[in-house]
Amino acid sequence: MTRPTVLELRGVSKNFGPVAAVADVDLELKQGEFISFLGPSGSGKTTTLMMVAGLQAPSSGSILLNGRDLAPLPPYKRNIGVVFQHYALFPHMSVLANIAFPLEMRKLGRMQARRRAEAVLRLVGLPDLGDRLPSQLSGGQQQRVALARALAYEPPLLLMDEPLGALDKNLRAQMQIEIARLHRELGITVLYVTHDQEEALVMSDRIAVFNHGRVEQIGQPQSLYERPVTRFVAGFLGDSTFLPGKVQALQKEEAVVLTAHGPLRGHASPGVRPGEAAVVAVRPERVVLLTPGDTARENALRGRISDVIYLGQSRKFVVRLEDGSELLGLQPIGTASPAVTEGSEVLLGWSATDCNVLADSD
Amino acid sequence: MTAPWAWRWAAYALVAAISVYLVAPMAIIVVISFSDSALLTFPPPGLSLRWYRSLAETPAWRDSILVSLQVMVLTAVAATALGTAAALGLASWRGPLAATIRSLLMAPLVIPHIISGAAIFLLFDAWGWVGSLQALVLGHIALAVPYVVATVGAALETMDHRLTQAALTLGASPRIAFMRVTLPLIRPGILAGLLFAAMLSFDELIVSLFLSTPQLRTVTVLMWSNVLGDIDPEISAIATVILLVSMVLLALQWFLSRQRGVPVLQGIGR
Repeated sequence: MTRPTVLELRGVSKNFGPVAAVADVDLELKQGEFISFLGPSGSGKTTTLMMVAGLQAPSSGSILLNGRDLAPLPPYKRNIGVVFQHYALFPHMSVLANIAFPLEMRKLGRMQARRRAEAVLRLVGLPDLGDRLPSQLSGGQQQRVALARALAYEPPLLLMDEPLGALDKNLRAQMQIEIARLHRELGITVLYVTHDQEEALVMSDRIAVFNHGRVEQIGQPQSLYERPVTRFVAGFLGDSTFLPGKVQALQKEEAVVLTAHGPLRGHASPGVRPGEAAVVAVRPERVVLLTPGDTARENALRGRISDVIYLGQSRKFVVRLEDGSELLGLQPIGTASPAVTEGSEVLLGWSATDCNVLADSD
Repeated sequence: MTAPWAWRWAAYALVAAISVYLVAPMAIIVVISFSDSALLTFPPPGLSLRWYRSLAETPAWRDSILVSLQVMVLTAVAATALGTAAALGLASWRGPLAATIRSLLMAPLVIPHIISGAAIFLLFDAWGWVGSLQALVLGHIALAVPYVVATVGAALETMDHRLTQAALTLGASPRIAFMRVTLPLIRPGILAGLLFAAMLSFDELIVSLFLSTPQLRTVTVLMWSNVLGDIDPEISAIATVILLVSMVLLALQWFLSRQRGVPVLQGIGR
């Protein structure tokens, strides 16, 4: 199934003086797709979103909406929905007036605008609050109103800039489900900016990981998590332990890296070259305690458990390896394997396909 | 050890004493204005409205009050327009040039009025404008603009500039975004500036002294020249009138400042 492309970014860059806030971003967004920009603050994700909205102009490159170059269009002619970080509801207008505002701008009749605004308010689950002022609503309710206002005119593209950043954890989880529901029901195309990796994993069809103004990697949540191609992505999306070494051999998808702990095998990401420096990136949940004589895993290390942290659903543990470096492990509670205890000497291992060999650029 | 209630009453007494100190002179002037005596004595021997009648019957007072009101209205309107425009421009402009312009605009606040007055006088005298309405209005505008820049600037600072951006993304042109979002939100600041400008102009003496002539003078200038000659309760009657105008302006400002947050259901109100 090929869906039409809604948004296309071609080599988009933004410089603030000598600083490149966004550098050469290419991206294609399909109809109905939910894509997240994930990255630390200052990585260029919000600036990219603002360029799509038309509130900032790219230094170079072009942005196309439904095949049409947006450059000559000011923000008020782009017909894109934007939900801002702190909602940006008009404090002097009632909830209904806020939602009807974009409809009035589109020359809808007064009654028609009001009826449409009421319908959208029902859609976000606040049917009775139309006459309130934004200041009389809770943070979560204001968020829903901001969403309703941006959805009221059925824009072909919805931009959201850390919309849940100001909410507490429970409310955030609730709103994530709510936004996902609206996305599914309305089939809208969404570009969502967040620095919360869990949020990105839960909601997105695809995630673009931003770092220093560049897209480091773009892909589906699972492939991004399981097959990161750079050290930054492996470290930013979930936890990883990095074991540095030198690539000894490379066959097809598997690389052998000679580390301080002997040779380790892992899935080779693009950019890994024989003879060059590389790191083996291991996810804590892939690390298994081995019994002596267990040879099912290609990689095995010795160490001593230096710390155990109880997390409810699991135990996180830190293993001090023979060379003094540390390795993170995660053990689900209630598994058959013996529970990790502080101070014990252990043998650990993981399969070659469960870890990634990444080019060590640092 | 002193009991806590003693401290509390001591504090009340201090507040009362300061209030009396601040308000008593004005109260005395108001009382004297109703005196039936030709002398400035307190308490007045009897009460009458003769000094107010005398005010109304003296053309010089009537004319000077009219001049003051004219100058006040023109100053307030012009200073508010100019100050609001300046504050809007400065709000979206950073850098050394903007800082310099801001300092220049605010300068009349720190320059003694006597200096401003002398400088304005020298210029307008060269142009032959002294004793004209436009000279008084222009002089007052220069003094009043910084108040408007300050109040509107403060309103703009507390306003979230993303609201204007949000209006743009929702389809409002910059002009409509300004009219529907920015302007309503900074209106309290604009009105405060307007009233400040009006009060400043109506009370102003020093610059007005330089720019007035016996043919065209503000009420404060006429009061000043009367005080230098014979003093009778007429002066307290005019002082009471001025006090009344100032208090009305102040009350208006207080009332308007309580009007914030009123829902504006433009377009789809019930």
